[in-house]
Amino acid sequence: MVQEQAPQKLSIQFEDLHQQNESYIVGMWTFLVTEIMFFGGLFTTYLVYRVANQETFWEAHRHLSVPLGFFNTCVLLTSSLTMALTVHYAQRGLRKQQLLWLLATMALACTFLVVKGFEYHHKFVEGLIPGPNFRFEPVEHLRVAQLFFSLYFAMTGLHALHVIIGVLVMAILAVLTAIKHPSVQDFIPIELAGLYWHFVDIVWIFLFPLLYLIPR
Amino acid sequence: MSVAVAKPGEVKHNYLNAGDTVRSWLLTTDHKRIAVLYLVSVTLFFAVGGLLALLIRLELLTPQGDLMTSETYNRVFTMHGVVMIFLFLIPAIPAVLGNFLVPLMIGARDLAFPRLNLASWYVYMAGGLIATWAMVNGGVDTGWTFYPPYSSSYSTSQVTLTIVGAFLVGFSSIFTGINFIVTIHKMRAPGLTWFRLPLFIWAHYATSVIIVLGTPVVAITLLLVAVERVFRLGIFDPALGGDPILFQHLFWFYSHPAVYIMILPAMGVISEVIACFSRKRVFGYHFVAFSSVAIAVVGFLVWGHHMFTTGQSVYAGMVFSLLSFLVAVPSAVKVFNWTATMYKGTIEFRAPMLYVMGFLGLFVIGGLTGLFLASLATDIHLQDTYFVVAHFHYIMVGGTIFGYLAGLHFWWPKMTGRMYPEGIAKLAALIIFAGFNLTFFPQFVLGYLGMPRRYHWYPEEWQMLHVMSSAGAALLGIGYILPIFYLLWSLRNGAIAGPNPWGATGLEWKTDSPPITHNFEETPIVTEEPYAYENHHQHEEVASGTGASTAEA
Repeated sequence: MVQEQAPQKLSIQFEDLHQQNESYIVGMWTFLVTEIMFFGGLFTTYLVYRVANQETFWEAHRHLSVPLGFFNTCVLLTSSLTMALTVHYAQRGLRKQQLLWLLATMALACTFLVVKGFEYHHKFVEGLIPGPNFRFEPVEHLRVAQLFFSLYFAMTGLHALHVIIGVLVMAILAVLTAIKHPSVQDFIPIELAGLYWHFVDIVWIFLFPLLYLIPR
Repeated sequence: MSVAVAKPGEVKHNYLNAGDTVRSWLLTTDHKRIAVLYLVSVTLFFAVGGLLALLIRLELLTPQGDLMTSETYNRVFTMHGVVMIFLFLIPAIPAVLGNFLVPLMIGARDLAFPRLNLASWYVYMAGGLIATWAMVNGGVDTGWTFYPPYSSSYSTSQVTLTIVGAFLVGFSSIFTGINFIVTIHKMRAPGLTWFRLPLFIWAHYATSVIIVLGTPVVAITLLLVAVERVFRLGIFDPALGGDPILFQHLFWFYSHPAVYIMILPAMGVISEVIACFSRKRVFGYHFVAFSSVAIAVVGFLVWGHHMFTTGQSVYAGMVFSLLSFLVAVPSAVKVFNWTATMYKGTIEFRAPMLYVMGFLGLFVIGGLTGLFLASLATDIHLQDTYFVVAHFHYIMVGGTIFGYLAGLHFWWPKMTGRMYPEGIAKLAALIIFAGFNLTFFPQFVLGYLGMPRRYHWYPEEWQMLHVMSSAGAALLGIGYILPIFYLLWSLRNGAIAGPNPWGATGLEWKTDSPPITHNFEETPIVTEEPYAYENHHQHEEVASGTGASTAEA
């Protein structure tokens, strides 16, 4: 293994590279705390309503496809592995492997989005999109079922938005790596993207059981 | 010190003259220039909010609603709240004074993420302009709290646009909070341990923690209201299966701590100014530092005291009431320690010190009336009356504005290199203090008598109190306009300040005024406790010398 130290550029406000790298990583973790609080509001909302309407939430959750959700969980977990490999090679300055695993992560993220698209399409066909055309049997549970699907779309939609942002960030990093741009000689941008990506995975790890499994 | 006062005619190199094109200001990553950008925009939004306040007071001069319709009145007080809270009170001290001083006080060359800092200003401006556009384009009539289901399903005003504006401004303060946390953790000068940090830094650290933990929650909550409004995704509307009380829980989970986002930085300013103008160490430094953290922590546990009348359980109400009383403990620790700092001090009543004295008075009144509202039984009587309006104006507005003005005057020589004229500054401080009390004290009485908030007509027997309040508002308006004029005047005509006109301790005073672009010629090394005023007697002659020439200027 070639132990090539990745070269880095020092910004004017820092004393040394150690301080700079630590600052960037602490900054990213602090940002992730805000993200946790952001999703935390939604999780709290979901839990409150689920406790209040257990029966209807049970009825409603059966319209979600566990096989598709399970498949997507596997896809995302694998993408976490490929992302970790990307960071691993970035730290050693091995650009070719770094690019390869980054592209693999992007491919998995896109797979996740495509599957999610199919799931949303099924909901649309079944008339489970909240709004004036919402259909649900039995009718007396219509209101609460609509609430369940409102939360389902709000939570998975916000998560999907984070996946899309992740794909965009990775695409930019992949292009910069491919054209050997100086800013990705530094491993820190890849490392920060990695932290973000693991966060996106972890949110899904909570979403999947909460929405698809627990009511069973 | 190695820094020297510039001779007349000689222009020293500093952050202000480092580039004078518009481009060099709009694309700057210098935290000091970004602070100046914030200073200008915050002042403009304050003027907008202030004009709306004057409209409200003008309407309330007479018992009948004769100046505007009920709908217009609703839109005016809503925009007054939105502009003042999201665009002035929350960003004022952190974004202007914090941005300018945090790196200087800890001996850093800049904040950890200068470009993120610039981005935060752009996001703030975008949010502010969207909210202003919403106001011009019809306004909002929900009150600044956006309670659903009215805001999400029934209001016909610009709720969505305003929420987008508030959401963006929230992100701007998250950026600032992250920047401060990382900078304070990782970029302190050698020798600057946590317990050698100025209390201003402790206050900003606690504030940043609240911002990082609280703001995202209100962001998602407001986003859900917007989503419910636009896509009919039912979350809070009972007609769609939701629960409006849940909105209030989520909303106040942030919006009560937001009060501490406004007042904690002001408390940081107070500690600095009191120590300097009493020429003493801050009494009980550790207690004052930890009380900031304690306020930040307990502040997250009291949101339910906004909801005593919503039908949450009595037991929840009792717990929230108890926890609300608990906030008084760290707040009182601060007030007692400030008083003890002044005890046997060599007090100089300069303009910043006058604002500090005003702050103490207003904070005590605001804090004590808070106890009435934290008590379940009295709150039932006072809920949604002018008593509440007066209470939160005393704490939020009195606290923040007096802290902000104290800080602005105190660090004005550092920011601009010029002294402000002392005499007229003292006059302005007195006018603002008198105007403030005349405006808001009658509102306590009105509230106790039963005047509900957000009404634009009232029985005739309350007119006298409303007239007093409106007269106070006019006086307050004059008081706020004065500093704009004399501070601008001082930019050209003020006496040259020198690096340390007050003879204060702290790293920010050990560099030029105004500072050079990267703050220090060489990284300072800290060897002593903060506020070691007993070691600094030699500065006092220098300070009084400058002060005398200033008073005449």
